[in-house]
Amino acid sequence: MLLTLTDHGLFCAAGDFFIDPWRPVGRAVITHAHADHARVGSSAYLCAAPGAGVLRLRAGAAAPIETQPYGSRTTINGVTVSFHPAGHILGSAQVRVAHGGEVWVVSGDYKTDPDPTCASFEPVTCDTFITEATFGLPIYRWPPQAEVFKTIDDWWRANQRAGRASVLFAYALGKAQRVLAGIDASIGPLFVHGAVDRLNDAYRAAGVSLPDCVYVGDAPEDVDWSQALIVAPPSAQGTPWLRRFGDQSAAFASGWMRVRGRRRRRAVDRGFVLSDHVDWPGLLSAIAASGAQRVLVTHGYTATVVRYLREKGLDAYELATPYADEPGEEDDTIA
Amino acid sequence: MKRFTDLYQALDNTNRTNEKIAAMRAYFDDAPPADAAWAVYFLSGRRPKRLLSALLLRRWAAEVAGIPEWLQEESYHAVGDSAEAAALLLPPANAASERPLHEWVTEGIVPLRELDEAGQRAAVVEAWGRLDDAQRYLFNKLITGGFRVGVSQRLLTRALAESAALPDTLIAHRLMGAWEPTPEFYEMLTHPERQAEEVAGRPYPFFLAYPLEAAPETLGDVAEWQVEWKWDGIRAQLIRRDGEIFLWSRGEELVTERYPEVVEAAAALPDCVLDGELLAWDFDADRPQPFAALQQRIGRKNLTRKTLAGTPVILLAYDLLEWAGEDWRARPLVERRAQLETALAAAAGSWLRLSAVVEAATWADLASLRETSRERGVEGFMIKRRTSPYRVGRKRGDWWKWKIDPFSVDAVLIYAQRGSGRRAGLYTDYTFALWTGEPGDPARELVPFAKAYSGLTDAEIREVDRFVRTHTTERFGPVRSVTPQLVMEIAFEAIQASNRHKSGVAVRFPRILRLRDDKSIEEADTLDHLKSLID
Ligand SMILES: [Zn+2]
Ligand SMILES: [Zn+2]
Repeated sequence: MLLTLTDHGLFCAAGDFFIDPWRPVGRAVITHAHADHARVGSSAYLCAAPGAGVLRLRAGAAAPIETQPYGSRTTINGVTVSFHPAGHILGSAQVRVAHGGEVWVVSGDYKTDPDPTCASFEPVTCDTFITEATFGLPIYRWPPQAEVFKTIDDWWRANQRAGRASVLFAYALGKAQRVLAGIDASIGPLFVHGAVDRLNDAYRAAGVSLPDCVYVGDAPEDVDWSQALIVAPPSAQGTPWLRRFGDQSAAFASGWMRVRGRRRRRAVDRGFVLSDHVDWPGLLSAIAASGAQRVLVTHGYTATVVRYLREKGLDAYELATPYADEPGEEDDTIA
Repeated sequence: MKRFTDLYQALDNTNRTNEKIAAMRAYFDDAPPADAAWAVYFLSGRRPKRLLSALLLRRWAAEVAGIPEWLQEESYHAVGDSAEAAALLLPPANAASERPLHEWVTEGIVPLRELDEAGQRAAVVEAWGRLDDAQRYLFNKLITGGFRVGVSQRLLTRALAESAALPDTLIAHRLMGAWEPTPEFYEMLTHPERQAEEVAGRPYPFFLAYPLEAAPETLGDVAEWQVEWKWDGIRAQLIRRDGEIFLWSRGEELVTERYPEVVEAAAALPDCVLDGELLAWDFDADRPQPFAALQQRIGRKNLTRKTLAGTPVILLAYDLLEWAGEDWRARPLVERRAQLETALAAAAGSWLRLSAVVEAATWADLASLRETSRERGVEGFMIKRRTSPYRVGRKRGDWWKWKIDPFSVDAVLIYAQRGSGRRAGLYTDYTFALWTGEPGDPARELVPFAKAYSGLTDAEIREVDRFVRTHTTERFGPVRSVTPQLVMEIAFEAIQASNRHKSGVAVRFPRILRLRDDKSIEEADTLDHLKSLID
């Protein structure tokens, strides 16, 4: 086995490195900078070049980070490693590991829909494909993005007419920037929470174009919030920070919003179906495009996806990770 | 159907009362009467009977989408709602249907009843092909009898009143009782003048009390209030007009036929409309029988002589809404009460009685009298302002219900099941158990005694959900059995011996009062303790 699971994470014994380890290790190869994939404390990090800035924010100023452009190969102790766009967030990558005639691809988190803030997913052929299954049920099929952004724009305009601020909760890394790039910025002024602002800077530094937006803390005294769209992380929901906006409508952008019960439980006025994870049809097409004989499934509805793939004649297994046995409430914020 | 779907979404997308009213008003301003009548029908909580099973619907959707049965089941459990799961499983839709709502209902939905299963499948699949995502969801809800929308009767009434420029009370009155969702009905509903056919058997909207949460002293001088026992029966309105008698229950159901003894007694009444409570009566003890007795009688298809003798039902009248054809609701309660006493003088007897007024000089006297509620078979007091008019719906300020505290026990969580709707995917439906013996008894076991769904905050529900996921010992279908570890205080309204339950008792309206993190399962209550609460 080229890659095996240890108590520190996914390990390549031949190359003596880990991929997305959940404890500090000697050498960590990182698919992307989300907290559940990039942990602090490892002695050396390797990631795709566009992801260096956001990984730096996560791993700390002193962390030794090396980068590699998408598609170019390097060797670690004789094992060939390369990064390929995963379409999830800025710098997200599928890690291709090749050694002794065997090729594995670790997808990390990915989506097959296009996203102007990061490079689009590229299928990579391999023998063994490790896929996520956050939304591994056929009920999760994303509506066309243009439609979703139009709904967000309409909601914003309706709030303006009603004299109400528009507060949109979106995960600070990735989702927030995708929202900002997708909405019609000519509708009104844009403001962002500090957590989003910091990451916007990292995105802009990496050459991603985002509309002008003001950090809420820098807003002028007499600002008319009722015309504004404010993008904030889900953790800001229900906090006193929101009081300054006065009368407001709150919305949440996440793949979970596809299900009405989840939408209502979130206790927001609106839920927009926008995910940085792959949906069911995308999952099946990505697996097919990888040409893999064997598929390992992790993160989310693993048992369901494994059973389905096996019924389709694939050699599929669950890859146990330290996540809950099935998606629960806590996953809501990062999808 | 497009207009109605947009209305449904607008209502579903807001919790703001004024926005809901505005959305409905815009709909009624715009919709043709044939559609508007059906919209009123659905928004007022009326539904066609379930036309086909939710399971079939999910299966058909999965078949159309080429999804295996087990995956359809798992998808359903993640959604928690069959109609929604079916809509989400279907392949992408093409375009929205422009066909009007009334045509969809009368030609696409109601006729499903006449078809066999194969015919239903074909018709439903054909309909799905013509509807977009949001319409499919609504359609599925309508044909499985699960359509619900977060709009109260009061809001609907206000929207209709605004649209028709008529008083709320007139619309509320016209919406009561039996009607068919026809364009003629909608014309009548919104017609500026009172119609002759409105009068016959149409009941008035009920005035409902608010629970009294503050101390009764906050209501001021006790002399300003009329106090009655709060009866645990079925709220009803008795109409005696032009030689005819109608008996309506609060569920807006005409129940005249079910209570022949009450109707017979009402024949001696002059023309009037009375508000009161139907109760199964124990004539020997001169007090109500337990609510369960009344419930059993309701469940009987045929009223046999034996039922009528064993579970006689009486009407305890407490208000008068109409006298000699005149609406008395705006008059103060004292006047209505005096007239009620006059009216009943002519007909009072075993089956038609006056609900007594409880006299007390102070709130403290009432509080101690309230302690005798359980032995009297009542739920506490109703407190009504003597000067109050008879209002429409649930209004704060004039009528209060001062209920006795419920029974409660500390019980152990042993099974959990996922909820639906807002709680889809979370473990929210719990089964609780009590001990068969005292602490120290090595042979004692936990025996399930009640299921409860409500009472926890969202944060607590998430906490219990996590507990269930991490402490599962066994799964059978959607149910998980968990390590006995969590203790919760369970409240309920009434308790009765029952041989249909493993515990030997049945409790009414069980609900969770609070988590008892401070208690170990050893400290949970015993079945014997529960049984000792049976009077
Ligand atoms: Zn991620
Ligand atoms: Zn992840």
